[in-house]
Amino acid sequence: MNTKTIKNEKFIFYLISGAMLTYVWWILYGMLPELSSWVTYRLLNVAENSHLGKAVEFFLYDTPKVMMLLFLVVFGVGIIRSFFTPEKTRAVLSGRSEFAGNVLAALLGIVTPFCSCSAVPLFIGFVTAGVPLGVTFSFLIAAPMVNEIALGLLYALLGWKVAAIYLGTGLSIAILAGWVIGRLKLENGVEDWVMDTHAGPHAIPDEKRSWSDRIIYGWDAVKEIIGRVWLYVILGIGVGAVIHGYVPENLMASIMGKSAWWSVPLAVIIGVPMYSNAAGIIPVVEALIGKGAALGTVLAFMMSVIALSLPEMVILRKVLKPRLIAVFIAIVTCGILIVGYIFNVII
Amino acid sequence: MEIKILGPGCAKCEKTEKLLRDYVTKNKIDATVEKVSDLMQIAGFGVFSTPAVVVDGEVKISGRVPKEKEIKDWLEK
Repeated sequence: MNTKTIKNEKFIFYLISGAMLTYVWWILYGMLPELSSWVTYRLLNVAENSHLGKAVEFFLYDTPKVMMLLFLVVFGVGIIRSFFTPEKTRAVLSGRSEFAGNVLAALLGIVTPFCSCSAVPLFIGFVTAGVPLGVTFSFLIAAPMVNEIALGLLYALLGWKVAAIYLGTGLSIAILAGWVIGRLKLENGVEDWVMDTHAGPHAIPDEKRSWSDRIIYGWDAVKEIIGRVWLYVILGIGVGAVIHGYVPENLMASIMGKSAWWSVPLAVIIGVPMYSNAAGIIPVVEALIGKGAALGTVLAFMMSVIALSLPEMVILRKVLKPRLIAVFIAIVTCGILIVGYIFNVII
Repeated sequence: MEIKILGPGCAKCEKTEKLLRDYVTKNKIDATVEKVSDLMQIAGFGVFSTPAVVVDGEVKISGRVPKEKEIKDWLEK
């Protein structure tokens, strides 16, 4: 048997087991609402319509639901990401003109596999290869802000409109903030040693990936990402469950509702120092919206939690002077505020 | 043989380092294993997604944790 037939057999094996798994997934998913209410009210014997009952049911329903969705979304995103590498992205972006470059960088920021721990080598690699500073920032803002996992979960839990709004506004902030940073000519805000670094040409040839490789890549992503975020997800659902069961409806509407003009800045001020990953924040968002919080306010809260994080700022401090970090935070915060207000006005 | 693991110190980089050190010890390969966390040096190799592994000056992998089979291919020729 030559290697090609082995590869094909492997692929067919993956395809068949994948189809079977999807079927089991679908059946289980459909049973979740009944299952969770049965466990809550019959097995655990919690009083119906009580605060505790609502909270427990939310938790028991959302935990398997979010985990199952996460599984599907992460796998799908893993397959998409196997087509992109930071090296290819850099090659596409180097020497681009300003505005088109910002748009392209923000889009590639969503799909390029990238972990915030390699933000610094990536930053150096981009800037020294002639990617303009503003374009590099569009990439660095879009990568955490428009989180593909958040996008998938929002779509599944709150519908395509919310997902589309999140995608559109996240991209706009990344594009405009990067463009503004480029216009401000802040190149001197980069630590001096960065520009003196001679980044060698990229040394490894592109890996050729077959479809079997891509499936393995997606599977590895599932193991790695779910292993990393499951605790955040459960904590997030726990917070969501408490909100769902105990917070009175009119309280949320008055604090995070449309009429309170100060709710957007307050949400951002609370959100910026908080740090959770996207998958953990979505169940909280779901519960807040269910209690009458305004979409713009919640969106602003979510974006400030996931896009601006202290650990990332500490990492970026190695290549950016404090002034440029401050400008970066200020511009992104303004963008989030504007998004929050716009959506509270139009929806 | 000279093996360098490039990485500023994230979880994946430590995993890669451990994999290579274990492999070298287990198979008694005559090699030095060195962790490079200095960002200027990492950039100097033309690497910008970490972890990366350099064997005798040649970048073998970047951006993910290597599989055991890949390590075998690099170290036993």
